[in-house]
Amino acid sequence: MNALLERYPDEVKAILARYPQEQKRSAVMPLLYLAQRERGVITVKDMAEIGELTGMEITEVGSIVGFYTLYHDSGPRFRVQVCTDLPCALRGADEFLKRLCENIGVRVGEPTADGSLVIEEVTCLAGCHHAPMFQVQGDGEITYHEDQTVESATETIAELRRRAAGGQHE
Amino acid sequence: MSEYVLLRHRQIPNLNRLEVYQANGGFGAFRKVLTEMQPADVLNEVKTSGLRGRGGAGFPTGMKWSFLPNTLWPHYVVANGDESEPGTFKDREILENNPFQFLEGLMIASYAVQANLSFVYLRGEFWQIGKQLERCIATLERAGLLGENILGTGYSLRLVVHMGAGAYICGEETALLESIEGKLGQPRLRPPFPAVAGLYNRPTVINNVETLTNLPPILANGAGWYRSLGTEKSPGVKIFSLSGCVRRPGNYELPLGSTFRHLIEELGGGALEGRRLKAIMPAGASSSLLRVDDRVLDTPMDYESVAALGSQLGSASVIVLDDSVDLKWLLNKTVHFFKHESCGKCTPCREGTYWMSHLTERLVLPGKAQAGDAELLLAVARQMQGKCLCALGEFSTMAVTTAMQLFPEEFAER
Repeated sequence: MNALLERYPDEVKAILARYPQEQKRSAVMPLLYLAQRERGVITVKDMAEIGELTGMEITEVGSIVGFYTLYHDSGPRFRVQVCTDLPCALRGADEFLKRLCENIGVRVGEPTADGSLVIEEVTCLAGCHHAPMFQVQGDGEITYHEDQTVESATETIAELRRRAAGGQHE
Repeated sequence: MSEYVLLRHRQIPNLNRLEVYQANGGFGAFRKVLTEMQPADVLNEVKTSGLRGRGGAGFPTGMKWSFLPNTLWPHYVVANGDESEPGTFKDREILENNPFQFLEGLMIASYAVQANLSFVYLRGEFWQIGKQLERCIATLERAGLLGENILGTGYSLRLVVHMGAGAYICGEETALLESIEGKLGQPRLRPPFPAVAGLYNRPTVINNVETLTNLPPILANGAGWYRSLGTEKSPGVKIFSLSGCVRRPGNYELPLGSTFRHLIEELGGGALEGRRLKAIMPAGASSSLLRVDDRVLDTPMDYESVAALGSQLGSASVIVLDDSVDLKWLLNKTVHFFKHESCGKCTPCREGTYWMSHLTERLVLPGKAQAGDAELLLAVARQMQGKCLCALGEFSTMAVTTAMQLFPEEFAER
């Protein structure tokens, strides 16, 4: 019984149909995104099921999860990922991140006490001309937030935490 | 610039809607190519235009296509939209605002090499762009411009968007192919080159998003028109991503051969209040540094002229540094990036970026530097050069060696 296939029959079929029939393994990345959609993490069970669908060993699926930074096997529902790479840093991203974390009362990489989100430092997001900027990953989406201030980012984070507390998914 | 070639959405509102794009000449080139031209004619036109790859290497696009053998089938075309070089944000603007011109370019390239299935590889962070492109592709299918027997010509084409998931290395073309095949994004040993053994071990063309977006205007207006822009060896227009210590960062579409001074001072507004320009990184974090002086500022930004200065044009992501920037801090930033993004496959890059990042960290942390750290950093960088499997390792050393060579005073021990 493949729970992923049962839960998302149409999506799984559509993903497999994108690639040549004998190249099922190509579907592993979109299937991982699908598995991660609801809770923001990929479980060992998900990996086994994806392995079944793509003809891969579970360890091979696990290595894909480990290699690519947008897949997670643990962690909170939302990830606020601030770019501190060179062009953003030249426009104050390091200071922005520091003050944002102080404001929220967390350290980089440590989830908030309610377990709803984590603030992370990431490499270039192609938003160098709109620094400081960050992306939010969660609920199967990635959205950009550019030309930010500590105040606007704090507001976005408060909104994400309200959503997490209310339990509602978009 | 009077009329944009690539960033046409800046002059035409709602260009991301098919009817608006078509009302402004969109898909005219694709129709012409399909109904009036043989694949070989398209290839010749692109060769004659002198278009060079906009992803960084500047390799002639037509020549790249011509390497595909006609004895091995199927052929694939892959659009490289993994834009991840620090300082580069040009493909993103095209994909967000002028997606149909990009797709038309991909469709023309696919016809030219007779591919029936082509891929768009996007970095995972471009999630919203991916959703928009899938809507655009569905629109084109409904309009009969994609699918079976397009415009009754017998030619069929299907496009698939494949999302990456956060790995800079997947911008390297063979790592990108591995990623589509559902493997770790690690570069392949070459030869064989993708033109012969690419995606699924079949002949494959991989072109950057901006490169492909140049194709519709080239096919619509002719190679001669395209060559009237830019320089003789670097024809056409280029999007320059300007970032860092400058008043007006952003994308600027200019003919190749425009000067650094024009971009940075006239368009970008020059240095911030009370600051002086110190150095330029013309190709993002992968660049060799240029020390700013009049000769550098008056250099035309084309592939040859920037190379003659000892740097690279690359994807033309111009990061400007002013006199407030500590170069040890800068190297710590760039080296940290490459250490994070090294795929770990080859030892010189995996170990070299790790050790360089340790050393640059010691150089910037107060009281941590040890005697000889700067020399050791340079030695590690030099030992990596020429020994890495792909360009990432090499790129990680460029800023290190050139910063230390051009600004020795900043690395002298106190």
